[in-house]
Amino acid sequence: MKYETVIGLEVHVELATKSKIFCSCSAEFGGEQNDHVCPACAGMPGMLPIVNKKVVDLGMTAGMMLNCDINRVTTFDKKSYYYPDLPNAYQTTQWFAPICVNGRVDIETSNGPKSIRIKQIHMEEDAGKLVHDDWTDTTLVDFNRTSVPLIEIVSQPDISSAEEAIAYLERLRDLLRFAKVSDCRWEQGSMRCDVNLSVRPVGSDKLGVRSEMKNMNSLSAISRAIKYEIARHTKAVENGETLIQDTRRWDDNEGKSYAMRSKETAGDYRYFPDPNIMPVVIDDEWFDGIKATLPELPEVKRAKYIDELGLSEYDADQLVSSRALCDVFEDAVAVCGSAKEAANWIITDCMQVLNKKKMTADMLDINGTSLGQLIKLVSEDKVSRGNAKRILAAMFENHIADVEAYAKEFGFIVSNDTSAIEAIVKEAIASDPKSVADFKAGKEKALMALFGKCMKQLKGNANPQVLREILIAEINKA
Amino acid sequence: MYIAETEKSVKNIVVDDMILTTDMATSAGSRMLDGYISLFEAEAVTKLTEAGYKVYAKANTGEFNLDLMGETSFYGPVEADGVLTTAAAQAVKSGDAMAAVTLEVNGSSARGAALAGLTFVKPTYGTVSRFGTIPAVCSGETVCVTAADAATAKEVLWTIKGHSDKDGTSLPQEKCVFDEVKEIKKVAVAKSLMVGEGAAKVEEMKAKLSAQGIEVVEIDGEELLLAKSAWNILMSAELCNNVSKYDGVKYGYRTPNYETIDQLYTNSRTEAFGYLTKSVVLFGSETLSEDNYFKVYDKAQRIRRVICEALAKVFGEFDAILAPVSSKLSYTAEEAIANPYIAYEESLYIAPAMISGVPAVVTDGVQLVGPAFSESSLLALAEKL
Repeated sequence: MKYETVIGLEVHVELATKSKIFCSCSAEFGGEQNDHVCPACAGMPGMLPIVNKKVVDLGMTAGMMLNCDINRVTTFDKKSYYYPDLPNAYQTTQWFAPICVNGRVDIETSNGPKSIRIKQIHMEEDAGKLVHDDWTDTTLVDFNRTSVPLIEIVSQPDISSAEEAIAYLERLRDLLRFAKVSDCRWEQGSMRCDVNLSVRPVGSDKLGVRSEMKNMNSLSAISRAIKYEIARHTKAVENGETLIQDTRRWDDNEGKSYAMRSKETAGDYRYFPDPNIMPVVIDDEWFDGIKATLPELPEVKRAKYIDELGLSEYDADQLVSSRALCDVFEDAVAVCGSAKEAANWIITDCMQVLNKKKMTADMLDINGTSLGQLIKLVSEDKVSRGNAKRILAAMFENHIADVEAYAKEFGFIVSNDTSAIEAIVKEAIASDPKSVADFKAGKEKALMALFGKCMKQLKGNANPQVLREILIAEINKA
Repeated sequence: MYIAETEKSVKNIVVDDMILTTDMATSAGSRMLDGYISLFEAEAVTKLTEAGYKVYAKANTGEFNLDLMGETSFYGPVEADGVLTTAAAQAVKSGDAMAAVTLEVNGSSARGAALAGLTFVKPTYGTVSRFGTIPAVCSGETVCVTAADAATAKEVLWTIKGHSDKDGTSLPQEKCVFDEVKEIKKVAVAKSLMVGEGAAKVEEMKAKLSAQGIEVVEIDGEELLLAKSAWNILMSAELCNNVSKYDGVKYGYRTPNYETIDQLYTNSRTEAFGYLTKSVVLFGSETLSEDNYFKVYDKAQRIRRVICEALAKVFGEFDAILAPVSSKLSYTAEEAIANPYIAYEESLYIAPAMISGVPAVVTDGVQLVGPAFSESSLLALAEKL
């Protein structure tokens, strides 16, 4: 008999907000342990939750990116379970009226295109982190992550292979990063995935017994785990064994999954509406405002960059790999008018600075308009390329609103005063008769030495072509 | 005893053990929070202090203020002349405090005031910030005022009411003004609530109202009977959820009797929670279970709506509902402790106002329940009487 696999994914994504979901603590990743914590997220009695509006903004954005219907009245519920990393002994989540329902993600696999339906997206708070210290054999709690806002994206069981699961997750990650919903970093836990999987005979409309693998945190582990589980389920079904519905842990080192708990021992979460949080009502103004901020999809931008702006496929691919690059690129082009130049500056020069700072493309945080001004100054020969790189480096530190004024202030403007250049050239010739003689004797390199000296004296602010011409003219005179 | 003029003018306010202060312990009457000192204070306390009142003492409550009148407190009940009373009512009655500010959770403040002959006002839900109150039954609990007379109760309520950015259920500021006094001309007495000794107090009040030219009409008010069961379900569910975080690890009582972490949790809770809290937790946990949620909790929420609608209908015709506050006119601590169901039973009278969030004023041992934002009118009538 032939078998088919039925997979549904629950993906947790930490939202890119500055503060936590119900208090003003920082939601940033990292920090000293228990640095981002206050009486509210520590669950001290008497604090009341105030919903961070940005969380709803991003929840809505995610829903729109994934073609969902937005629930205009959405509510928060309490999910009761007791665990040391959950200081309130309940998680505030959405059970009865999640913010988004009925979505769709389109994927491409070796079998062609496929649509994966989204059941719902709900907003909720993250839990803290238990840190086990083997040395003292104690477990400590770090509440920094407690109440960091999350969305959980629940797919329908439309996925039938590891390949489709990976394609779905990659597409999800691209869309959410592009819409700035989340940085979606598997390695930092800002994207995590639970895999629900079952196997049934082809053609059957009854679902098999399912297992759930919790908290998967890398694509390669997910792919391996799915293949392992398909084999395990298929073997059990073929051998007529009875599978138990259970929650499993994937051990990526061993390449095996282990049962954590069966359905019989699963907790009853006793969901009920949180009486301290009023229903969130999304009016047309709010809805339309979010809709207006949605970015073009990466593939739409890519096509535009190639067809309308004349970029190469390589350059376009580089830019659309990150929304941050696209934003800076588009702003820069609007000012400087040259797509090719702007793309070069971003892909080569900006990436160089980012690499040096050990930052990723998503972290590019310079003003595109300023970059455009800089590119324009270079193309007009007002600033040399070397000095432009120095200005670019400064842009990574501070916002420079008027690049030309900045260049003037710091002496980066190319001098068009030929008399000043002549004076320096004459001085250089007088002080280095050997180079002059060498050049006259046919040694081209000797000119470069003189050129370099003069350029240094001019602090790089000379049009190289003009300098070269004056230099040759003066040598010939000498 | 001679009291100097300056001392007399000190505006002493007592707050109950559910309202957080940073200079005094807040224990919710529970061994679980014995000696707990909060890092922050209740917004009501801040407002009182800023207005020149002195929050000088804490009044004992029953555990999480769920009981009849403090009989379940870890620190023991308060009796005056052999009769059970609340510490808050006793502080006001004795003259030590000009008023008591309490978190009304399940009727103990209303009963304490009624049986001590004081004035009590439970304002419309959402008009006084609950920030800094120990959460028990969040969908109904309200910060209330008890005083010797209506004018003082009003003065203190007007100090603490107002919109709060720290409480998501707080109403907008314009809703928290309610200064307008509408003369009360027509009062309904719900026959459904006219059971027990408290009904005699209502009869006395009927005569007083008639003497003032106020029309008193009897109505059936059968829907109001539903409030008791629905309230007990919602109260239990929310309380169960709110106390599950107390585990003896981060603060509060920790048992010395444990070897494993599970024993620490279990024994701390077993030793620190009293019988009423335990029964409410068990009942609440059951009502929220997957099997019972729609059969029990959700139904109670629907009944809440039915009651709100029934009250709205009554208030379309009447300015207020007159009702008893308790089934008896006095209790001893002993009898309250002997009946573990007494708080569930007595919610018959307080449930309609608690579940719907409408205001109630206790005066002369009875309560007048009015439509939302009718505090000024109810207090004006209480003052006239």
